[in-house]
This record gives sequence, C-alpha cells and structure tokens, in this order.
Amino acid sequence: MEAQIQTKSRAAQSSVPLLAVEDLHVQFETSRGTVRAVQGISYTVNRGEVVAIVGESGCGKSVSALTMMRLLAKTGRVTQGRILLEGRNLLELTDDEMRAVRGHEISMIFQEPMTSLNPVLTIGMQIMEPLLIHLKMTEEQALVRALELMQQVGITDGERRLSQYPHQLSGGMRQRVMIAIGLACKPKLIIADEPTTALDVTIQAQILELMKNLSRELGIALVIITHNLGIVARYADRVNVMYAANIIEKGTADDIFLKPAHPYTNGLMRSVPRLDEPRGTKLQTIEGLPPDLRMPPAGCRFAPRCPHRIEKCSQPISLIGIGAGHEARCHRVDEIASGKLKVEFPGGGAVNSQAQIGSAPILEVSGLKKYFGVKAAGAGFFSSEMATVRAVDDVSFSIAQGETLGLVGESGCGKTTVGRVVLRLDEATDGSIKFNGTDVTHHSGREMRGLRRKIQVIFQDPYSSLNPRMTVGEIIAEPLKVYGIVPEKKARNDRVGELLSQVGLFPYMAERYPHELSGGQRQRVGIARALALEPSLIVCDEPVSALDVSIQGQVINLLEDLQARLGLTYLFIAHDLAVVRHISDRVAVMYLGKIMELADRDEIYKRPLHPYTKALLDAAPIPDPRVEKARAPRALRGEIPSPLTPPSGCVFHTRCPIALDVCKQSVPPVRELKTSHLVACHRAEEIMEGKVLQGA
Amino acid sequence: MLTYTLKRLLLTIPTLIGVAVLVFFMLRIVPGDIVEVKLRGDGGNVTQEVVDAERKRLGLDRPLLVQFGDYMWGLARGDLGISMWTERPVIEEILIRLELSLEVAILATIFATLISIPLGTAAALFRNTWIDYVVRIVTIGGLSIPSFWFGMIIIVSLLTLFNWLPPITFTPIYVDPVANLSQLIWPALAVGYRYCAVTARMIRSSLLEVLAEDYIRTARAKGVYEKLVVSRHALRNALLPAITVMGLEFAFLIGGLVVTEQVFNLNGIGQLFVQSVSRNDFMLIQGMVIMIAGFYVIINLVVDLLYAVFDPRIRYGN
Repeated sequence: MEAQIQTKSRAAQSSVPLLAVEDLHVQFETSRGTVRAVQGISYTVNRGEVVAIVGESGCGKSVSALTMMRLLAKTGRVTQGRILLEGRNLLELTDDEMRAVRGHEISMIFQEPMTSLNPVLTIGMQIMEPLLIHLKMTEEQALVRALELMQQVGITDGERRLSQYPHQLSGGMRQRVMIAIGLACKPKLIIADEPTTALDVTIQAQILELMKNLSRELGIALVIITHNLGIVARYADRVNVMYAANIIEKGTADDIFLKPAHPYTNGLMRSVPRLDEPRGTKLQTIEGLPPDLRMPPAGCRFAPRCPHRIEKCSQPISLIGIGAGHEARCHRVDEIASGKLKVEFPGGGAVNSQAQIGSAPILEVSGLKKYFGVKAAGAGFFSSEMATVRAVDDVSFSIAQGETLGLVGESGCGKTTVGRVVLRLDEATDGSIKFNGTDVTHHSGREMRGLRRKIQVIFQDPYSSLNPRMTVGEIIAEPLKVYGIVPEKKARNDRVGELLSQVGLFPYMAERYPHELSGGQRQRVGIARALALEPSLIVCDEPVSALDVSIQGQVINLLEDLQARLGLTYLFIAHDLAVVRHISDRVAVMYLGKIMELADRDEIYKRPLHPYTKALLDAAPIPDPRVEKARAPRALRGEIPSPLTPPSGCVFHTRCPIALDVCKQSVPPVRELKTSHLVACHRAEEIMEGKVLQGA
Repeated sequence: MLTYTLKRLLLTIPTLIGVAVLVFFMLRIVPGDIVEVKLRGDGGNVTQEVVDAERKRLGLDRPLLVQFGDYMWGLARGDLGISMWTERPVIEEILIRLELSLEVAILATIFATLISIPLGTAAALFRNTWIDYVVRIVTIGGLSIPSFWFGMIIIVSLLTLFNWLPPITFTPIYVDPVANLSQLIWPALAVGYRYCAVTARMIRSSLLEVLAEDYIRTARAKGVYEKLVVSRHALRNALLPAITVMGLEFAFLIGGLVVTEQVFNLNGIGQLFVQSVSRNDFMLIQGMVIMIAGFYVIINLVVDLLYAVFDPRIRYGN
C-alpha cells in the first residue's frame, strides 16, 4: 500500500517520464534454442514527445514494443527489467489491469492496415469498441465520438464510412481508421509500429503529418518504430538506434543524423541512396549480416561487420555518453566523436567505369496498352457486363543498350504490368514491343524461347520467388538445363559456382535450400538465376524493396557492378524515388497507367516539369533533419483514383494542386518540352518558366 | 440477394438434368434385370413367356431411347415415375422415408453444432494443454470409429445398463414427440459423433489460424476483453470453413446412412437405397439419386448464402 502511494506521488512529479523502459530483456524459446530478442534496452519517453526506434528487421524493435503492450507471443518471456508508465510497472499488473491500460492509456498502431482491421465488423463497431469498454460510453455517445474521431483523422464522409467494412476502404483510409481507434480514448502514449511501411509515398506523407499534428495538438507522446531513417529525421524529437537486440546509439534527431557516433549508425545512413546528394558514387555498404541472436558475439555485436574494429571490440561494452543525452555503444566512440576517427565503409568512390550506353535502342515500347476485363461492379450473375481496368494505357519508351531506365510510381500505377508485358508474361492489348529491332509483341511460344534467353527478370520478393524444394544450385542450373546451354552436369555445376561467386555468394551455397539463406542472399540467388542465360536485358521488379536498408545497398551496388562488367540493360521498376535516382540513367514516372514524365535522371529530379513528379519528390522523406525541417509540409491530397473509373482528361487532375478546367476535359499529350525531357501536362511550360509551383 | 438465390435455384435445373441422364444410362449398363429378380429371384420357376409379359407390362421391352424420353418427359412434369417393384409412385416411396432420414440428419446437426463449437473453441484456446489433447483424442475417435459400430455400442449399452431398447416403429414427431425422439436420438447420436468430430477439428484449426491474424492483435491492443476477442472478433471469422464442412456432412447424412439405419432397424432413405439396388428397381434408384443430388445442390446454396451472412466481403448480386 505504502509503495503504491509512493509510486503515485512520484508519478505526480513532472520530472518522471511518461514511459521508462529499464534494462528490458526478452527472450523466445524456439525449437532451435533460445533467441534473446531484446537484451537490456532502456529508454524514456516524455509527455507529448515523439521518440523513434530505428533498426533493421530482427533487431528487436517490434518485440520491445509488443512487450510494452504485453502482447508478446506465448513463447516470448520477459526475463529482466521494468516498463514504467507514470511510475507503474506494467509488467507487474494483472492481466485485467493490463487490459484496462491497453487502448486506454497506451494505444498501438500496426504496420499492415490491410490485415489489422477485422474484416467482418463495421468500421464504426471497431472504433466504438474501446469507447464502450474503457469509457463505459453508451452507444449514442460512442457514435458521436466516433464521428468526431473520423473528422480528426481526415475522413470526410464519416457517417457513411462508419457503416462500411474494412474491405471497402483503401489502405491509406484504413490506416486513418487505425489511428482513429488509437486516439479514441485519448491515450497518453501511442506506439506506431512501422505505421507507413505498407503505404505509398504520398499517402505516407499524409499519415505521418496527421500523426505528428495530432500528437502535438492533443499532447500525446508517440513512439515510432521504423526502419526508415527518412521519416525519423522529419518527425522524431529523439532517436534510439537498435542493432542485434541492443540500443547502440541514442540521442536527439540532430545528434543521430548530424553527428552519428556509432559506426553502425554511420553505415546505415550511407547505405541509403539519398535524394539530396549527388549520384555517381557507389553506396557505402555494411558487409555481412546481423549476428544470430541465439549466440551473439561476446563483445560489441557490430564488431564482425565493423570496418574499424580493434582488439578491444571483443570485450563487452555498454552505452557511453558523448554529450547531453547522446550515447553510443562503441569502444571507439571518443575517437569518432572528436573526429580523430573518420568512419568509412567499403564501397563509395566512383561507379566502376560507367557502362557504355549504345545509341541503338535494345527495347522499344510504343503505344503499349494492357487492359484487363473484370466483372463490372453491380453486374448480375449471368450478365457479361465487363468493366475495363486500364492497367497500362498508351505507354511509350525506349531503352538503349547498357542503359538503366527507372520506372517509378505508386502502387496500382501499372509499372509492374509494363514489366510483365515486356517479359511477355502478359499479352499486350495494343501497341508494340521491339527487341533489338524485331517486333516481338505477338511472338509465338517457340519464337519466344530464343527471346526469353535475352530478357530475364528479377522479382521483388526473394522469399516467394524461389522454389523452396529446390536447392540453390538446382534453381540456378535449371535455365541452363532447359535451354541446353550447358548440357553436361559437371560443367553445369562449375557454371553455377561461377555465377554464385559473380553475385557475391560462395560456390558451396549451391547445396543449400532457399530457407537457409537470408533475404539479401536469396535476392542474390535470384540475380544469379537471371544472369545464368547471359541476358542482355533484365527487368528488375522492385528488386530491393523487400530488403533491409544495409542489405539494399549491397544489392544495388551488385546490380551496378554487374551492369558495368557485363554490359547489361535494366528496366528498373520501383516505388522508391531515391533508389531509382541512384541506379537509373533515365527515369519515367507513371500514374494510373500513363507516363507523366520521362527525362534524364538529373533533369527530372532537379527540374521536374510535372506536378505529380514534384509531389512525389516532396513527399519522399530525406534522412536529414535540417533539410526536412526546412521543407514545407506539402503532402499531396486525396488518394489514387480507381483504375476502373479513371478521371477524365488528365488522370492526375483530381489531386493536382494547379489543375485547370482544361485538365478535366482533354488528355494532355506527351510532349518533348526540352531535349529528351517528355512531359504530359497542360501547364508544363508555366512550371518550366517558374510561373506556378515555384520553389518546390 | 433474392435475385441471386433465384438464379442459383434455376441453375440447379441443368445440374439435375445432367444427373438424370448420367444415372439413367449408367444403370442400364450394369447387368441385371428387375423382372428376372422379381420372378426368378427366390428360385421361382417361371416360363420365358411370363417374364416377357411382365417386361412388356413394365415397358422394359421398348427401345432404350424411348424409355429415356419417357422418363425425361415425366421428370419435366415433376413425375419421378413408378417403382417397378412396389408399383407405387417413386415420390411416395421416398417421402415416407425422407421424413425419418431428414429428422435424423437434423438431430445429428443440432447435436454436432452444439458440441463441436465449444469443443473446437476450447481446444484452440487451450492449445497444447490437456484440454486440447482430450478434444483431439475424442475427435480422432469420432473420425476413426465407424458410425454403425458406435451405434451398436449404444444399443448394447442401453440394453445392459437400462435393460431398455429404443422403439422400432417410427412415430412422427408431431404425433408423439417423446416416442419419436426416444427412437431417433440414438442414431442421431451415433452419426452425430463423427459429424461433431469433423466440425470440431475444423473449428479448432481455423480458430487457431484466425487467432494469429493481425486484427486479433489489434483487438487485444484496444483492450477488448479476451472473451469478446474470441466471440466477437475470432469466432465469426473462424466459422466460415466450418460451415462448408457442416453443409457437406448434412447432405451426406440424407442418403449415406446405409449401415447405421440397418443397425437401428430404421426404414430410411439408406435402407431404401439398399433394397432398390438389390432389386434392380431402376426407377426408384434414379429418383433417389436425383433427390440426393438436389439436396447437395440446395445445401451448397444454403452454405453460400450463410457465407454472405457471416462475411461482409461476400455479397451476391448487387
């Protein structure tokens, strides 16, 4: 009793942080041993503050958040530490006391808005539930509050939405609903676990802006868990960087981004391509993989991957203070902080002798259309009424030998379909595809065989695109066998070994199965498979978006190396503007099946002539707090319209800040406004002359 | 939804026509002749003339296609024909037995639903504890013990424990519910065990899957009572696959209780099936096959409609 009063009086003091995590240890029992997922992390969150926890997958950031909510899987166990919410140790509460805290004092927003809402309950029910349970509101009161919440999170037609089900809402909208649920009981703290990772760039900007504003207005503290350094720079007050179950550096956003003290933090920042830095240099990369958390290295956990490790690094280390509130877990932190030691990672420097870009186009796509028929909404059972999805609508571009064309856009813009049609995995509805001067649009199966050798593909998801029952060697050897290129088994094995070394793996890995490899290694296998047939064109469909930041850099460098060495041509499809900018020679921006703008990389990023390109660039976060704070919040409004019913005239006019009447009526033609700078906008001249959208 | 249901009902017509055609010709391929069985079956010594005359009387001497045309024309008018053995209308023969079979099936379904939902839910919630193990053993038993054998055990137990046997004659439930139930509850129990086992296992596994879903984590993160998490958030999603299994199982019970009906000495559809096959009573067999096919189609429709009730993502028609 006395202790309780004491804790209460302590909580009353404003010096007590809202949340204090103290020396938290979490472990999971698995059939293959104990995984120590979180080992001794401590941090605090003050009232109304935005604190970020940054790290790559498996570093323990999500586990620590779930531990705070006491929502760990049954195999997980807290072995040590305290989690104090206003002085109350959450780990000592009974299950029902903890339930009363969840959704009332602490809310959580999850990564996947598509699966985080219950498909069989109305949106209204799901928002009202915590109000009915925690605040004991009546149905009527809860309904009023739910409407208010819908307004707060920027959903305009709240009344109608409340009676709808999750599948009737877009991803961005669902995440707004999740936020509304989180806000419902006016919690003191919201934990957001990768809240925008599954969303498009323009939607991501909207959601983050919304969360930041709400947290400021309502004084709610926010813990953002993310792997994306960019969004941290803009929105966080303080940052904790996690690596292999430890916090390896903590400090203010400025500390972390401007004076990173830990080599890992340094490496993390350099392995991300950035929109605000000159290109032409290779990314620096952190070699190797994070340690196995069943048996982590005894000393500094980053030592095996650190280019500056010394003997001392094999000894245990704890966080060492550098400045006010800035700490790092590194033996050489003083040297780094004082500038004596400059952290450098392998890579960097100029890109290997830029590949020769030929003059003759290797791939020419003109007037390409791909329409899908789907059953019209509201069409009856026997009705054959069809609606047409114009996935790709009149797209033209060409790629020269040795060149990389980046194809960027948000989800549903048709970029992947372009790739599939070029690969002839889908039949074009109209238009032509010329490969090396030959029209291959309607090649038959046999004719395609020869062509498929020349055009290969690297897929997005290295987890599902490799057959789990085949060894790596069999996967890579398969095309060699099918095409009879290397008929003899022994020679084929040699070739597999050669290909594996080419992509930075070891020949002995041919014996392994895909599940034994990490994500980055699997993607390398995917690349080796594509290279096996010595193609001249590779369609890379989001090849790095499923990978961790430090691994992403490795794969991008590999792709660049291979291009320089083998003279490959890439069609590089991605949603990440910085990655596309880094690797591409020219960039095409797509929106709702059409190309909005196509130009040289430097040109399009420096002087975009289309309002959509500008909006995309504005929305993309940059990992530098100085840059971010100077940028005006310019999130693009609205959502991508359904490709079933694209807007008339310019498809972008519904979201365009400078749309005129003419934009609603006529489709802007693709015009070459400057040499090799194509744009489809009625007002491109005005943008070029700086009359509108100035200073973007 | 209404138009959808009507359309689906209309679609059953081609299905049933297909079934009728198939069963008509397949039965004719099988060797055996009802007249032979009827007149010479028990060692009766009759002349070929008598046999031919009987054939002619039953219309079996006509060309196959004429018989077929006749039959289909009858079907179109809703006439299933006349049993070649008892010479009563097929529909009548079926209907008197259907009442009993349908009641057993419904009783078994009620029994199975009442038991399997809590059983499957408990097993999923207390996964890998003794509760789960008990449920799993009990349900494995239900899958592996044949219903007729379980029925025999029930009868023997009733006899030894209470020195009592269920009544043998069928009393409709609207005449005397007690007599009716005291006869039919036992076969319902015997087949319901298997039914319940299949459903409980389905509910267990689908509930386990649903409980691992993100939206369950969301519900817990909202501070929803665990009871509500299960009943409101999880169970409604988990019941969908169970409904499919229950529908199929129900349709099976209408015609598939061949041996169990023998054990309980019930004069149901299963019993009728055995009789008509052994007598080569083509008309009756055809009638029953069409009826059972019709049941399957309708129950499938009911299952699909139930899906729409449980899952808002499924909306038929407009």
